[in-house]
Amino acid sequence: MDWASLAEWTLKSFALIFALLGGFAYLTLFERKLIARFQVRIGPNRAGPFGLLQPVADGIKLIFKEELIPAQADKIIFILAPIITVVPALVIMAVVPFGPPIQLFGRTISLQIIDLNVGVLYIMAIASVSVYGIVLAGWSSNNKYATLGGIRSSAQMISYELALGLAFTGPVLLTSSLSLAEIVEAQRHIWFVLYQPVGAFIFWISTLAEVNRAPFDMPEAEQELTAGYHTEYSGMKFALFFMAEYIKMIAVSAIAVTLFFGGYRGPFVDQVPLLGPIYFLLKVVGFLFLMVWVRATLPRIRYDRLMAFGWKVLFSLALGNAMLTALGVLLADMFQNSLWLWSIPVTTIAFFLLVAYLMRGSIAGGNR
Amino acid sequence: MSVDYVLFGGLALVTILSALGMLFSRNAVYSALYLIFNFSTIAVLYLMLSAPFIALAQITVYAGAIMVLFLFVIMLLGAEQRGQAVRTWWMQPLALGLAGILIFEAIYLIFTHRTSFPPLRQAVGDLGNPLQIGEQLFSNYLLAFEAVALLLLVAVIGAIFLSRGRKLR
Amino acid sequence: MSEYLPLVVLFILSTLVAAIAVALGHLFGPRRPTERKLQPYESGMTPFGPGTRRMPVRFYLVAVLFILFDIEVVFFIPWAVVYRKLGLFGFVEMLLFAGILEIAFVYAWKKGALEWE
Repeated sequence: MDWASLAEWTLKSFALIFALLGGFAYLTLFERKLIARFQVRIGPNRAGPFGLLQPVADGIKLIFKEELIPAQADKIIFILAPIITVVPALVIMAVVPFGPPIQLFGRTISLQIIDLNVGVLYIMAIASVSVYGIVLAGWSSNNKYATLGGIRSSAQMISYELALGLAFTGPVLLTSSLSLAEIVEAQRHIWFVLYQPVGAFIFWISTLAEVNRAPFDMPEAEQELTAGYHTEYSGMKFALFFMAEYIKMIAVSAIAVTLFFGGYRGPFVDQVPLLGPIYFLLKVVGFLFLMVWVRATLPRIRYDRLMAFGWKVLFSLALGNAMLTALGVLLADMFQNSLWLWSIPVTTIAFFLLVAYLMRGSIAGGNR
Repeated sequence: MSVDYVLFGGLALVTILSALGMLFSRNAVYSALYLIFNFSTIAVLYLMLSAPFIALAQITVYAGAIMVLFLFVIMLLGAEQRGQAVRTWWMQPLALGLAGILIFEAIYLIFTHRTSFPPLRQAVGDLGNPLQIGEQLFSNYLLAFEAVALLLLVAVIGAIFLSRGRKLR
Repeated sequence: MSEYLPLVVLFILSTLVAAIAVALGHLFGPRRPTERKLQPYESGMTPFGPGTRRMPVRFYLVAVLFILFDIEVVFFIPWAVVYRKLGLFGFVEMLLFAGILEIAFVYAWKKGALEWE
């Protein structure tokens, strides 16, 4: 171990963490401004020009807020839970490449914390651990609404994790690698979303449920649960849950971009490496815009329908998508002709329509 | 002996301490937390043996899935506070005896089969590469792989049968 | 082990940042607890009954089914990596594996284990 590498890792880690924290701060403003526009309002515009200092004001306010720990709460877990929620959100992006390697001070620096050869599995592992903060927050509050909210949203998260895991198999089948850097490299000529339209769709829906965003924002179903698992939290500890949710939004958008939308790839990236992070950022912002748009448009789904949708529709779709992708790859390899890969979008979309036809009414229309 | 072994020893100590914490916690939720921590340190041990695939599968399945079930069951029963446990006289001697045999076995194996301490990587080889895992799974362990599917099928039927209350058809 | 050190650095720094954020709130926030404030919040009603109570068995069933199908998903990953080497053989093998689990899935569906009442 040499000190230069250690310094590089530390700097890169700090850069990632502060990029995510800054991204979180301005994502809240971005969302409030956009939602306001959707509702024909102006949104925050007092703190600084165009309200640009609003996140700073919010942060300062939250630090100086009184914090309550309910008398009946389990104090240790009550304090640990926000930390357990935030850390997975901060580390999940470690395997995502932000751009091609660049030359700096005579060192080749890859714009990625670590290129694991099991990167996809790393994402699955961290996503599966991120349930605990929410369960523990609900349980330790010793409040019936908080406990129910915590268990509800964790049951929701694990249910959608299955479809999420299966959606990963599409890009992995096409590249035969679990390294995200190699998956991006394989999309040099064509984005995987064209081969995997249904896969990308499943991925996006299940990540919405995974980060508890509208229309799957069960923990915040205030009519039923006051505020869900963070009912009893206030001040900075509440801010940490908020932070985890928004950082996860950024993280899943970045992962979706990497797996299906060419990552940092774009015109002239090979000539000018610094364009890579810019393309990446633009694509991520596009996804974040979509998430806000969905929140502004769709009402919250009832809990029984949400679970039925995750288990029946999304899981079946994801399984069919994985097998049909495998079939397309098999045909392309057997006939030595990559044109056969285009059978994947045809068959998967046909399968998607079939499932949608069979399921009509059973989820959205009827009671069960 | 190398740095690897020192790290390994330290981590093994943490693993054992977290297991003890699990055993001696009075609150079942704390026990579950210690167990999650224990599983995670075991995953790090796999990483040190250059088996990243197994390490991450360990976290996904054990720390991520099975422990969620444990926490749910604890909350389901409201069993956080340990009530008066049913004790049988032969439980403690039996457990101590079994633990003794296990420790003796481990010590015996270490001192008869290990004369040197090669670097950890050499000792294990390159087992954790996902490509090799896949190749092994679909050649030498094919039957086991298909048997897993059957086992899971049986488990699904069992789980549904056991939790079948009044309402299931 | 050394190749995972960047990850270790990131984990340590992330935990530090989260802990510092919690500590900041503790340091600068005022603290004027009253008995009423420390009660569980139930939208202004006087709280009744214990805070944590028994949960419906549904959640247990969801968690068990999740474990079983999660193992299936984890097996899909190494299969997807070697798939292009295995060719037709790999496809048939996975069809068998997924087919058996599909029986389990259909069984769960027909028994109503996927319904939420």
